[in-house]
Amino acid sequence: MTQPFRTAADGRIDRGQALRFRFDGRSYEGFAGDTLASALLANGVHLVGRSFKYHRPRGIVSAGSEEPNALVTVDRGPGRVTPNLRATQVELYDGLTAFSQNRAPSLRFDLGALAGVAAPLLPAGFPYKSFMWPRSFWRRVYEPAIRRMAGLGRAPAQADADRYLHQYRHCDVMIVGGGAAGLAAALGASATGARVILCDEQPEFGGSLLAEPDVTIDGWAAPDWVREVVATLADKVTLMPRTTAFGWYPGNLIGLAERLTDHLAQPDPRTPRERLWQVRAGRVILATGAIERPLVFPGNDRPGVMLAGAARTYLNRYGVRVGSRVVIATTDDSAYRAAADMHRHGVTIAAVVDQRAAPDNPLVEAVRALGIPVHVGAAIGGTDGRRRVRAVRLANSRTVIPCDAILMSGGWTPSVHLASQSRGKLVFDVALGTWLPSDGAAGACAGTFDLAACLRDGTVAGGSAPGSFAVASLPEMTPSPPSAPLLSHPKAFVDFQNDVTIRDLAVAAQEGFVSIEHVKRYTTTGMATDQGKTSNLNAIAAIAELTGREIQDVGVTTFRPPYTPVTFGTFAGPYRGRLFAPVRLPPVALADAVVEDVGTWKRARCYPRPDETVEAAVARECLAVRNAAGMCDASTLGKIEVIGPDAAAFLNRIYTGDLAALEPGQCRYALLLGEDGFVRDDGIVARLAVDRFHVTTTTGGAAFVLHHMEDCLQTTFTTLQAWLTSVTEQWAVIAVQGPRSAAALAPFIADINLAAMPPMSVREGHIGDIPIRLFRAGFTGELGFEVNLPPDHAQQLWDTLRAIDVTPYGTDAMHILRAEKGYIVIGQETDGTVTPDDLGLGRMIATGKGDFVGKRSLSLPDLSRAGRPQLVGLLPRDPAVVLEEGAQVTETGRAPALGHVTSSYRSPALGRGFALALVADGRARIGATLRVPQGGRSQGNMRGKTIEVAVVDPVFHDRPGQRLRVRPGPRPALLPLLPAVPHSAPVARPAAAVEMVALAPMTLLAVRAGSHAATSIGLGISVLLPTVPNRSVIARERAALWLGPDEWLIQAPPGVMAPSATTPGATTPGATTLGATTLAAQARKAAEPYPASVVDVSHATRALEIVGPRAAWCLNAFCALDLDLSAFPVGRCTRTVLGKAGVVLWRVATEVFRLEVPRSWLPYVWACLEEARLEFTDDDPPEQLPG
Amino acid sequence: MLLIPCPWCGPRPENEFRYGGQAHIVRPARPEAVDDDVWAAYLFLRDNPRGRHAERWRHVHGCGRFFNCVRDTVSDRIAASYKPNEAPPP
Repeated sequence: MTQPFRTAADGRIDRGQALRFRFDGRSYEGFAGDTLASALLANGVHLVGRSFKYHRPRGIVSAGSEEPNALVTVDRGPGRVTPNLRATQVELYDGLTAFSQNRAPSLRFDLGALAGVAAPLLPAGFPYKSFMWPRSFWRRVYEPAIRRMAGLGRAPAQADADRYLHQYRHCDVMIVGGGAAGLAAALGASATGARVILCDEQPEFGGSLLAEPDVTIDGWAAPDWVREVVATLADKVTLMPRTTAFGWYPGNLIGLAERLTDHLAQPDPRTPRERLWQVRAGRVILATGAIERPLVFPGNDRPGVMLAGAARTYLNRYGVRVGSRVVIATTDDSAYRAAADMHRHGVTIAAVVDQRAAPDNPLVEAVRALGIPVHVGAAIGGTDGRRRVRAVRLANSRTVIPCDAILMSGGWTPSVHLASQSRGKLVFDVALGTWLPSDGAAGACAGTFDLAACLRDGTVAGGSAPGSFAVASLPEMTPSPPSAPLLSHPKAFVDFQNDVTIRDLAVAAQEGFVSIEHVKRYTTTGMATDQGKTSNLNAIAAIAELTGREIQDVGVTTFRPPYTPVTFGTFAGPYRGRLFAPVRLPPVALADAVVEDVGTWKRARCYPRPDETVEAAVARECLAVRNAAGMCDASTLGKIEVIGPDAAAFLNRIYTGDLAALEPGQCRYALLLGEDGFVRDDGIVARLAVDRFHVTTTTGGAAFVLHHMEDCLQTTFTTLQAWLTSVTEQWAVIAVQGPRSAAALAPFIADINLAAMPPMSVREGHIGDIPIRLFRAGFTGELGFEVNLPPDHAQQLWDTLRAIDVTPYGTDAMHILRAEKGYIVIGQETDGTVTPDDLGLGRMIATGKGDFVGKRSLSLPDLSRAGRPQLVGLLPRDPAVVLEEGAQVTETGRAPALGHVTSSYRSPALGRGFALALVADGRARIGATLRVPQGGRSQGNMRGKTIEVAVVDPVFHDRPGQRLRVRPGPRPALLPLLPAVPHSAPVARPAAAVEMVALAPMTLLAVRAGSHAATSIGLGISVLLPTVPNRSVIARERAALWLGPDEWLIQAPPGVMAPSATTPGATTPGATTLGATTLAAQARKAAEPYPASVVDVSHATRALEIVGPRAAWCLNAFCALDLDLSAFPVGRCTRTVLGKAGVVLWRVATEVFRLEVPRSWLPYVWACLEEARLEFTDDDPPEQLPG
Repeated sequence: MLLIPCPWCGPRPENEFRYGGQAHIVRPARPEAVDDDVWAAYLFLRDNPRGRHAERWRHVHGCGRFFNCVRDTVSDRIAASYKPNEAPPP
């Protein structure tokens, strides 16, 4: 017969829908609405696991998330194996396959149970004491053995095949727990018009009411009342079943883990398996209920021993009798309810064993009246049975009572975990003998166990007047305080999951542990994955007894998140695979390149020809630059426009050189120091006009430098009038370097005479219609130019130059070429402890210009002491040797080290290996021989060898710098560029719920100005610049977005432009530029006489629109802002973070959001939003996210 | 994740901000006029209180402004935020 322990009727399971499932290979049947635990119990299966340490047979103890024993592995197929799930929370579905854990070879016969025989040898703290010697055995012998022996389920070996998402949400009231008090609180809170979220870890709301068919509220049976209330709440409150509030973090941030698909036999692959909600709540109401305490008696861990309330839940909610002949052991009135209910369903109640001398409740008499023997002042002294309890032995008595289940109740502990996590105050309630939240709780969590009072208090907690509910209930009961455990029975278990017994606690007390926090760590009680939900108070009571104190004096341990285990997948969410790390692509395609990661960017290392090795390609690229012309995509360099009457004075405070001395059209290499005097960044400062500079930074330093400059302007040099605008993404940079570079470039540039450009100069001009900023500068030591142009044209220029044999080179060649010249790379030659003088760049410090950041520190004694590291070149005696970067440089080959190798390469030009190094007093050692021991990462035959090197000047190529000063030849005849490459915009993704659209390029201006200038500009360009934070103004076709108190983004349609003969197909980018140029000129003119910064940023970002009823939802999967219409109305705009990308977000209509995304971040942001919208589409899910 | 009140934009999630260290550290107006010890103290000496701490934040992914917060380092509660040129609340 299947399901022999199922009752004839009743319960909330669907008896018409039988489900097959497998446990440990055996097939069983259950019903829809079952948990795995209830279905197993219906089939008479109690033995479901082996204990952590002693491998003792264990059964199901509870009916909820507090379950310590019934941990199972659920196998949903490859990549979908989840260990350590509580069988009491696993919802049954057809075909479910589960396994028990921590047993070998089988659950019924477990060799590990021998540990139980050795139990006397394994007291508390045994690993600390026993496995000390020999030390080397710990890692190789003891730990692996312990890991095998003691354990939970196996971590899955395959990558997780499911999808996970996040969601950010704000609410006024967050209610945790959907039982009587939680539902009443939701009624109370929703009546106030507040935004309310109600979550419950179970699939159904109702909590204990679901197991109370005989209780009526307002005339409804309790489960029906729940149904009616939930229906009432449905359109007013966000109802979240299957959602565990696992953590309460600072600022009322509540972490929710929502399980969406684990209960389904055939989940939709578009639906995430779990969703992490980060809810920012105005206030939090804890209606988390209470957890029943086990009794601590010998043999209390045998399968068949369970909590009385759980047995009642199985009976009334799931229609399952947990035994046919049960003994009830209690110190609490509530167990009598279980006795009465089970008796009514035909279960024989062999005895009620009540530890109290004179229990005083009508329930007791009612149970006696049923003919059930009640032993008062009695306790269980032991149990029999191996894989299932067989009999109870009473303490101090020869009475043996045969049974197949023991139901225990030691009273109820309010679930204060979240209150404790929130660092809220817990107060001790003497009557209940336990701790309660000082405020913000309702119902049993607050120590209220009377149903009518729970409901009334709930509505009050929700913010309404006390609700009146007509409750017809069983007699009221007052839960008992925790009883003193029977210390004379050391083998009674306190913590089932970590196998902690009374004896272990006694050992801890004996050894002098007083603080409960120390006892917890020493014995591991309460430290298992169940966080001691059932065991903590019993352990505290035992310690109180053992140390002769009161429970409240022992105190309670701090609870920590998560309340129940949360999968790594939930925390990782969508940030895996293609979304793990943002990928930013430079403007020139990388198709034929070997690619490396540089921060978030992908960059080309080199461009090998077919069948060419990387080494050969790099050598060829280097020689092409030295002998002819090469080109490199340097677009990732940071670029900042510094504008204002005090721009020069400001830059003089930031960089070491005298930049005020630059004439417009000149540029200069510049070093940026920290206030501590150490080199932080370098770059080129170009003066475009008296009040306008174009500054470059390193690729990795772009964000830091902008932040540092803003810091100085906003908080330190506050009187200087200058504004900063990042133009990193506005300008692509193609570096064209080599003796032939001028000849290669000149035919395409009509309005700049390259021959008239001295070294370190800058000109603005055009290639055809394309605006460019041309720098005569480079990083190679050759005649060279850096062409700044709109990114949409970078590929076009690249392809054109390639067609005339300009050789593409990558970062590898770039590094060799610069190192041959002794040029430093920030982060390679510098590490935050290196001064300009250390690098041989003391000449970069302008002494006559006054104060600048870092100047004062340079005169600190340590920064000019003898023995400082100094940059030198190293030449290995053997020219074939290439030193290991990072290797120590020594006098003798042994310690002490004089310094280290900072850069090391094979130079194609020199035909040998060479290196740069920071060596103590290095410049005085030029000509000396030093020794460099090679470590484990050096080339094969070098490993472990010590290399002799000559210390030399760090400039290996063209020491006088003549090649830099070459005068380009006269201008040749003009040539057109190759046709523009059509850029591939993301394809619009229509869908009913949410649509993503990439918008056509627009004119964008970054305006930074004071209030007078801003007003004037607004009048001048016919769109007022809003002064209220995060507001936008639309006038005609133009919009002005407030981004900061002196910062606006102006949007306008692109300008109109005649098709060009020289750049066919280039109309759109050119048009935005023309529109921007015209509009910017208008704005600048309007601002006069007030200073203002107006910068064209039309190319820096791309616009997306997210449209539809689910638009805010999709954004909130990656953006933590409150996007509710009440908090973020139409017209609101702001910079914010989406995933890991900084964007501008603007609500243009109720269901339409516009995003301005930095262009290199567009693929990442697009992919994020595609992931978020997948569940609302009929799209085929993209390939499984790897890793 | 903290909820940080930006004086311009209102309360915003922590991931829009960048921490800026202890507040009210004033750079000497004439660095060359102070001795090495005073300069070193300006560079390196910072408080590490248990409790109330005035600190700088920048709303880098928002209005871009630097401002100051008074945060309790035990509870992470932020008592006040104010503009850089303003004195901390009592």
